[in-house]
Amino acid sequence: MSETLSHQVVHRDDEASKLGIWLFIFTELLFFGGLFLTYAVYRNMNRQAFHLAAEELDVAVGTINTVILLISSMTMAMATTSIQKKDKRTTLILIWITLLLALAFLVNKYFEWSGKIGHGIWPGSPLLEELGRGDTLFFGLYFFMTGLHALHIIIGMVLLAVVLVRVQKDRITFDNFQLLENGGLYWHLVDLIWIFLFPLFYLIT
Amino acid sequence: MSSNTTDYTAYKSYLEEDGGRKGIFKWILSTDHKRIGLLYLYAMMGWFIVGVVLGLLMKLELIAPGKTLMGPQSYNATFTVHGVIMIFLIVIPGLPAVFGNFFLPIQIGAKDVAFPRLNLFSWYIYVLGGILVIISLFGNGAPDTGWTFYAPYSFKTGTNMLPAALGAFVLGFSSILTGLNFIVTIHRMRAPGMSWFKMPLFIWTLYGTGWIQLLATPIVGITLLMVAGERILGIGFFDPAKGGDPLLYQHLFWIYSHPAVYIMILPAMGVISEIIPTFSKKTIFGYRAIVFSTLAIAFVGYFVWGHHMFTSGMSGTALWAFSLLTFIVAIPSAIKVFNWISTMHQGSISVEVPFLWAASFIFIFMIGGLTGLVLGSLATNVHVHDTAFVVAHFHFIVFGGVGFAFFGAMHYWFSKIFGRVYDKSWAKTGWITFFIGFVSLYGPMFYLGIKGMPRRYFDYLEEFHGPNIISSFGALVMIAGFVIILINLIKSARHGEKTTEMNPWGGTNLEWQVPTPPPLENFDEIPVIEKATYKYD
Repeated sequence: MSETLSHQVVHRDDEASKLGIWLFIFTELLFFGGLFLTYAVYRNMNRQAFHLAAEELDVAVGTINTVILLISSMTMAMATTSIQKKDKRTTLILIWITLLLALAFLVNKYFEWSGKIGHGIWPGSPLLEELGRGDTLFFGLYFFMTGLHALHIIIGMVLLAVVLVRVQKDRITFDNFQLLENGGLYWHLVDLIWIFLFPLFYLIT
Repeated sequence: MSSNTTDYTAYKSYLEEDGGRKGIFKWILSTDHKRIGLLYLYAMMGWFIVGVVLGLLMKLELIAPGKTLMGPQSYNATFTVHGVIMIFLIVIPGLPAVFGNFFLPIQIGAKDVAFPRLNLFSWYIYVLGGILVIISLFGNGAPDTGWTFYAPYSFKTGTNMLPAALGAFVLGFSSILTGLNFIVTIHRMRAPGMSWFKMPLFIWTLYGTGWIQLLATPIVGITLLMVAGERILGIGFFDPAKGGDPLLYQHLFWIYSHPAVYIMILPAMGVISEIIPTFSKKTIFGYRAIVFSTLAIAFVGYFVWGHHMFTSGMSGTALWAFSLLTFIVAIPSAIKVFNWISTMHQGSISVEVPFLWAASFIFIFMIGGLTGLVLGSLATNVHVHDTAFVVAHFHFIVFGGVGFAFFGAMHYWFSKIFGRVYDKSWAKTGWITFFIGFVSLYGPMFYLGIKGMPRRYFDYLEEFHGPNIISSFGALVMIAGFVIILINLIKSARHGEKTTEMNPWGGTNLEWQVPTPPPLENFDEIPVIEKATYKYD
């Protein structure tokens, strides 16, 4: 046991873990890339329907969520800086703020989705069947892509919670903060994907 | 020769170093890359036996026209599960997960991979994916779409598609993490002096493979999730009735699954590039040409997916562009074959078991590659599309390529891994039986395909009977060979004669300069590399 543990401590390599997380972010972007491609193809096939369907979405809710995520990205970046300045207390507060903002995003999303479902719009609903193919595809993509994004928010929250506990227990410190930085990078990715989703669904009408 | 055996006594091999754990926990909790490689090997061996049995059932069904063993529905389920197991659980992880894990750190002079715990985690995900595939067998009946999960059938069929597709998704995740781990390891952990062009060729192929795993797998991941979305939510991505496009599914699927072929074959080529110079006692011919052809295959491999869709309906321009690109990807493969043969030329060849596997690999691979050109040309493709010819071609490449390289690697590195030697005459008997069985199993399918026998049918016309009998008996011979190889290896791994000889074949790479079997951290002190690799002076 001790053999294995020392084995891992010796091999700490911050550059390697940074490279690792960047490569992982790359795969995540490609993962969403498949959906962006699908969106592009179907938008091109159903221009009019996508145009009209997009007007159904509430730009205000989308904008609020964008602002929430942008601020949370900022607090996360600030947390990375403050741990380097040996300020544990501020780091903890900033990660807490990030987590609360993520929660606010999900609450917002919940009300937005339940509003849509209340109006009879969900994948495979009779209303969509009536509205036609373009609307079916638009809202299918909307629920699938924002749903997958919300799932990434939840995964990100779990990751940040782990980081929070580790900072609390001094496992992440000013000279060993790679996990915090990687958590932050993942969080920026979640933000970045939303930055693309927002105009595609809410703004381009 | 004192330097050729381990002469210090205080050393403990990785097999004895158990981290203070008992029983199975020495294995499933260990983050040692060598143990993880063997974990993959054992899991894979179990899967492979299931896959082989399913394949045998198909050949027995096809031994005579009409229903002999099973009806159409069971036949569909059999080839689907056979395909899913063989592709996603065996040949894609195959060489990188087993021999890559074991030898990559040793060959670059590192003590472990960059992320040892992530490495173990990948194995757990691999097992989870396998279990999901197994779950699909129970319930409403096994999936019956073929391993390609083509839409719209994959979300219309009443069978258990969902666990199979999710299983493939999970296995893709394991593949991404392994590739990521290898890339970072190669970038960060090479021993001092090991510049890029001093790396062994097996490492180069793992590097190329890692990039394909990383860049292509997410696309099939999202595609399989979309199929899941179709089945659970009825979204309509690929459903023409709801405005979706089934052709888009094929594009998204093959943009991964064709590069996946190179995930399978590149490490196999790497193994052959290790074996050939060792047994020819000659420096590999054209080291850089092999390196660049590896990278070229990894790169061009992304642009050829459309040749799976020649009869699906694409624009004429797309058709000829994909045909041309398919021909271009054959060039780097041919470069490698020429290099291997030039390496053997005027070499001092010792015909040992690994060399036999490598030489027969070249033979099989050339047949598979040349028939690939028949499929890459538009006109001939239309004639043999979805016939037994295709089945023969990809079994020559995928099973012949990966399988022969896998057995070659197994016999090449066996004593290094287990610290024991196998029975050479049984190994040779196994090889020749396997080889004869292989050729007579898949050879007749080329003829059948040209004559027009479709693939994936449980029945055929009387005129196809003769070649099918040869093919089915070939399957029995090949399995006999496989059983001989397997029993010989398992017996030798458990009870074979112990050895501490460091370099039985006279290889030049680093794995032959560590003790047999290697200690936990491979090297007492990190070696400094001065001369180029594959140097025989």
